[in-house]
Formats: sequence, C-alpha cells, structure tokens
Amino acid sequence: MTGKQPFESVVSAHGSTVLRVCRAILGPADADDAWSETFLSALKAYPDLPADANVEAWLVTIAHRKAIDVTRAAARRAIPVAEAPETPSAVSGALGGRPPGGQAPGGWGRDPEGGGLVADDDLADALTRLPAKQKQAVAYHYLAGLPYADVAAILGGTAEAARRAAADGIARLRRSYPGAGAGRAAALTTAGRAAGRPAAPRTASKEASP
Amino acid sequence: MNIDDMPGALAQAFPDHPDQLSRLHTRLAAAAQQDGVLDVAYRVIDSPVGPLLLAATEQGLIRVAFALEGHDAVLQSLADKVSPRILSAPGRLDAAAREIDEYFAGRRHTFGLPLDWRLSAGFRRTVLSHLPEIGYGHTASYTAVAQLAGSPKAVRAVGTACATNPLPVVVPCHRVVRANGSMGGYRGGPEAKRALLTLEEAAA
Repeated sequence: MTGKQPFESVVSAHGSTVLRVCRAILGPADADDAWSETFLSALKAYPDLPADANVEAWLVTIAHRKAIDVTRAAARRAIPVAEAPETPSAVSGALGGRPPGGQAPGGWGRDPEGGGLVADDDLADALTRLPAKQKQAVAYHYLAGLPYADVAAILGGTAEAARRAAADGIARLRRSYPGAGAGRAAALTTAGRAAGRPAAPRTASKEASP
Repeated sequence: MNIDDMPGALAQAFPDHPDQLSRLHTRLAAAAQQDGVLDVAYRVIDSPVGPLLLAATEQGLIRVAFALEGHDAVLQSLADKVSPRILSAPGRLDAAAREIDEYFAGRRHTFGLPLDWRLSAGFRRTVLSHLPEIGYGHTASYTAVAQLAGSPKAVRAVGTACATNPLPVVVPCHRVVRANGSMGGYRGGPEAKRALLTLEEAAA
C-alpha cells in the first residue's frame, strides 16, 4: 500500500501549470510536445517517486529537461534554414537569442486609447524571448509558484541567484512593456486570483523588487 | 508603478486552455498505452443504475463500481492495490462499455469480456467464478451457491464473496438471494439489485 494518488489526479492538479510553464519556455508551437514528454516520463517514474515528494517541483524539473530536449531538437531541424525567420522562433526564444530592446511583435500599441492595456500574447512572447536563465526563473517562480530554493535546485546555483535572475527578467519585461504595470494589470491580478488562478507567491512583490 | 503588477499580468498572459489540455490528455493516454505504462485505464458510463466506473488492466476488466462506493475511493484503492499509473482512457473500455450497454438494453445475457481477477483471491474467487452458472433471469440462494462452489457449509463466506465482488453486473452476484426469497445486500444498494433482477425478469 503506497497511498500514492492515481496519476490522473496528478494530471488534473498540475496539467495546466505545466502547460503554462512549457508555453513560457518554448512558445506555443513546441509546448504540446514538451508537455506530452513531461507527463509520459512522469507516468513512467511515478511509482518510484517518494510519497512525500513535492509533485509540482518534480514535474517542473522534468518539464525543464524536456524543454531543453525539445529546444535542441528544434535547433537541429532549423540548421538547414538559410534565412532567419520573420517571427521570433521558439528556438531563439528558448535560447534567449532575441536582442534586448527588439521591437515587440504583434499588437502592442494597436489600441492608442488603451491607456496601458496589456497585450497578453505579446507579454507571453516577451517572456519566451528573455535570456534562458531569466525566463526559467520567472516561469518557475511566478507561473509555477515554486520558491526560489526549488528554482535554484532546478537551475543550479543559489536561491539568491535564482531570485536575482527572476528580478532581472521581470525588470526587463517591464522595460519592454511599461503598460503591464498600469492599472488594468492590477485589476487582472485581482480577477485572476479571485478566479482561483494559482497566484504568485505571497512575497512576490518584495522579491521582484530589483 | 505598483511592482506587483508584472507578475499578475504574467499569470494573465498564460490563461488556461481546457480544450488543449483535454487534447493533450488523450495524447498522453495513447502514448502510455503504446509504451505499456498504462497500468489501469478507466472511464465512467451512464446506466439505469447510475454512473458506473469501469477500470481495466492490460489483462482485462478489473473493476466495476457503483457511484455508491465513491468512484474516487475506488480509484485510490486501485492505485494502492494494483498501480498508481492510472489514467482516464476510455478506449480500453470500449468493449466493456458496449457489452454493458447491451446488457441494460436487454439484448445481452452473458458477457464475453476478458477479466482480471487479481482483486479477488482464494475461496471468494472460487465463488465468483461459479456465479455465471446461474443463468440470466434466474436466482440462486447463498446456500445453493455454497454447494456450487464445493463448500456447502460456507454460506456466510458466499455472502462475503458476493459483497466484495469487484466486478458487479458483469459477474452476476445480483442473482444470489436469500433462501426466503428476499434479496439480500448488494454493493450498489438494494435498489440497484432490484433493478437488475427486474430487468432480467422482463428480458429473459
């Protein structure tokens, strides 16, 4: 008798968080593959997972490795392409290849009267294009809700270094998308939490402070 | 600028995608089946006696459970006794769902499904293996079943075997009734037992 819950419950509880992380790290095109690889691999190893393990941290750790695999496979596929694609690819995004201050793709600023409207897709894109370590720290801490000690265990290095990488990532996003700091985002935050969305850790504001 | 806003906006930038998750779940179940790591597949079907949980290993149907038993509790018990590698994966239960549908429509009198008997052992399993000998639309007393199972005095043990039948409906413990003709207990509740006996009487 293991007392371990059926794997279906693991998928129900953590499927959407892992998908969010995969989309943040790889972009929408490759997120499906990374998610599938993550959960298939987790299912295989599940009987051997210690009963007291932190399942979410375990899944994010697997997703982290699978995202690296997917990125490498995509990079191999991309080698024969002579010209750089118009849109930022998942590969350059995953490797943090887009130069800072690059022009935002998509509809940022399409609504001149928006008064700081957040273009959510653009913000998602911007996160995907952050340098790898910053992106990973932001995704694992703010999207998956892992404490910096767990983020550090995944990325290597210290919790302090993970905290700094996340803060640098947030600061960089804020420079690209100053509108994301305006009133509507605050309202969205409240709405998201009210709707039961996993909130960023309670100490987020302090830790995000540069 | 409120420094808490960017994390909130980020959470908002990655909304849930229920359709995508559902598609990914289907893909996961298929991959798990193909790799031989889907130890237990399950689905829930509607029936005249309420929702029925059907669970199967690669060997065959291992569990049929009434809502009364608590489907979550039954799945947890399967995780403990068989394997925690459990996914909702309707495909493996297609044949079982079809045969049970036909049974409730009165068109099927015997089941031809492969069964995984591992949740039942010893004398209980012996008893259960004899139950299909009680024909559709008929009943037998606990005493008669004890004789069928080769232990005429083990009437009480027959009661226990029926009460713990992991495969109700398919293995017809509902056909075992008290010697005085009253129904006796049932895992799915007395109403379910009566409904099955009434169905079989009408369709026999």
